[in-house]
Amino acid sequence: MSWLRRHLLLFAAVAVLLYMLIPNVVVAVFSFNDPVGRYNYTWTEFSTRAWTNPCGPQGLCDSLGLSLRIGLIASLIATVFGTMIAFALGRYRFRARSGTNLLIFMPMATPEVVMGSSLLTLFLMMGVSSGGLAITIAHIMFCVSFVVVAVKARVATLDPRLEEAAADLGANPPQTFLRITLPLAAPGILAGALLAFSLSFDDYIITNFNASPSSITFPMYVWGAAQRGAPVQVNVIGTVMFIAALAIVLVSQLLTSRRRRAAA
Amino acid sequence: MAQHGPGDLELIGLTKSFDDFTAVEPMDLTIPQGSFFALLGPSGCGKTTTLRMVAGLEQPTAGQILIGDTDITNTRPHQRNVNTVFQSYALFPHMSVMDNVQFGLRRRGDKDAKRKAQEALDLVELGHAGRKKPNQLSGGMQQRVALARALVNRPDVLLLDEPLGALDLKLRRQMQIELKRIQQEVGLTFIHVTHDQEEAMTMADSIAVMNAGRMEQLGDPAALYENPSSTFVANFLGQSNLLAAHVTGTAGDGRLTADVHGHEVLVDAGRVPAGLRDVWLGVRPEKLALGEGNGVNELKGTVSDASFSGVATQYLVRMPWGMDLTVVQQNDGSARARLGDAVTLSWDPGHEFVLDSAQDEDAGVEHVVVDG
Ligand SMILES: Nc1ncnc2c1ncn2[C@@H]1O[C@H](COP(=O)(O)OP(=O)(O)OP(=O)(O)O)[C@@H](O)[C@H]1O
Ligand SMILES: [Mg+2]
Repeated sequence: MSWLRRHLLLFAAVAVLLYMLIPNVVVAVFSFNDPVGRYNYTWTEFSTRAWTNPCGPQGLCDSLGLSLRIGLIASLIATVFGTMIAFALGRYRFRARSGTNLLIFMPMATPEVVMGSSLLTLFLMMGVSSGGLAITIAHIMFCVSFVVVAVKARVATLDPRLEEAAADLGANPPQTFLRITLPLAAPGILAGALLAFSLSFDDYIITNFNASPSSITFPMYVWGAAQRGAPVQVNVIGTVMFIAALAIVLVSQLLTSRRRRAAA
Repeated sequence: MAQHGPGDLELIGLTKSFDDFTAVEPMDLTIPQGSFFALLGPSGCGKTTTLRMVAGLEQPTAGQILIGDTDITNTRPHQRNVNTVFQSYALFPHMSVMDNVQFGLRRRGDKDAKRKAQEALDLVELGHAGRKKPNQLSGGMQQRVALARALVNRPDVLLLDEPLGALDLKLRRQMQIELKRIQQEVGLTFIHVTHDQEEAMTMADSIAVMNAGRMEQLGDPAALYENPSSTFVANFLGQSNLLAAHVTGTAGDGRLTADVHGHEVLVDAGRVPAGLRDVWLGVRPEKLALGEGNGVNELKGTVSDASFSGVATQYLVRMPWGMDLTVVQQNDGSARARLGDAVTLSWDPGHEFVLDSAQDEDAGVEHVVVDG
């Protein structure tokens, strides 16, 4: 009885974890299926065909490539802008400060449908044609908000006296920024960048509003395919993405703990 | 004498206001090159603000800062050959102790950075801790890293903002000796901010006592102690017995007579500012002797408290007018008085200092809060 009580929390945690992981496990298992018909919902027999030929279905790898490209560019630009805005908001008192804060909050609070449609209207009015460029601009816009939030939290914990100490020891402003400010803010910036990438990568609604027939992103492809019967390769890509995300988390955890041990 | 090195540090009318609050009133000060200068004063009197202006971290509202003939008032902190040991340490948390100490040398491209940094760490007895991160060290260890990080650069002026505050007594004394040795060896100018008046007096060539943004008095430790120019300095630097007195006439021999609650005492005429009649007569506790003197400057009272501290005994002696005088008697073998004994106190004329009675007698008294 007491053994049970002591391990109850562990059981609960494992159960929740399993419950959350079941969809991923199912996706992974069915990536080895060889379905009959168009739907990959019932297990037929084991096959590695989808894994050896991931780009088989027409348009799948093009859409994946487009999503990765947009994700990288959008998150990079959003991270640069977002970091600068976060420092400005966290460090300086200026007239437009509260207005900027509100503006940063808006994209997070606005329903995606509203934002997607208004962006489309705006692009039409300005003569920006739908497609990859429009999608990238839209993604940068909402990603910036999330980067700002992540970095601002970090900037708030930075002791400005550290920068004073660096200047006092002879570091000019660029050196101070590179050697003190940036390394200390790095975890926040990295978190913001990863968040921005995943938000951009899996955005469907806003993207759909601003896409053209030649700019089908991965989420749009999956959605479209699901209506006609999704190819097994979608499961393959999904599994790879999941493992990649897991690997990034594990490696970063390992690095942190090793650094901590090395310092001790 | 030929002038080597950067020259004296000179502050001319240096002022700092925050909005409508003046943290540092116009300050004029020359600190000779290679001297050990202590800045003493109660919390919030503007010591840190003064140092920050010298370091370039705070823009003065008015005034100038010169090192030698060079006006550095408008230069940036990294352009000044001035280093600071911060009151809050301000160690870089993402760097090892070694990298912290090397930081300044590296910025100047010193080829020998590693060896110098190791030496500096050895000096503060942290030679083994170079690979640790600051947050793995105790407060006292962090403070020593901060010290090493500034010291290793051999700046023209080293600013120390309570650099020994977190150390225990033994380490503190040891560091005081080390600091003094380094300062003399290298001939750096040190400006040392401290709450510890004993530290200031033992280490410094000269001391400035600050109060509420103003410099109350400047001088060498002995002059400040023997001849405080205000009740604030008298009370802040050591203990003082301040007797209300009235100058009544001359007594020849360069002395004046004064009346202290109906008792006539003799005062060195040279110590009384011209024209002053109502005065505070200040006598330090160790200048008061238990027992009769040469028939002059004697006051009678009863012992109301006695505390023995080994080298000395401190008495409180209640005067007929209700005031307690503090007396320190060296443990030199003379008979000790006991509680309730009627005693005579005496001091030699010339061992007193005289201040204007218009000043507040409690200025600068350190209020000790006792539990219960
Ligand atoms: N940035 C600032 N804005 C407004 N007031 C300030 C600022 N910095 C300091 N002050 C004020 O200036 C006064 C002097 O502060 P300072 O830090 O120089 O005191 P200090 O003598 O170093 O005290 P302590 O011994 O406690 O360190 C204080 O009253 C403080 O409140
Ligand atoms: Mg201070």
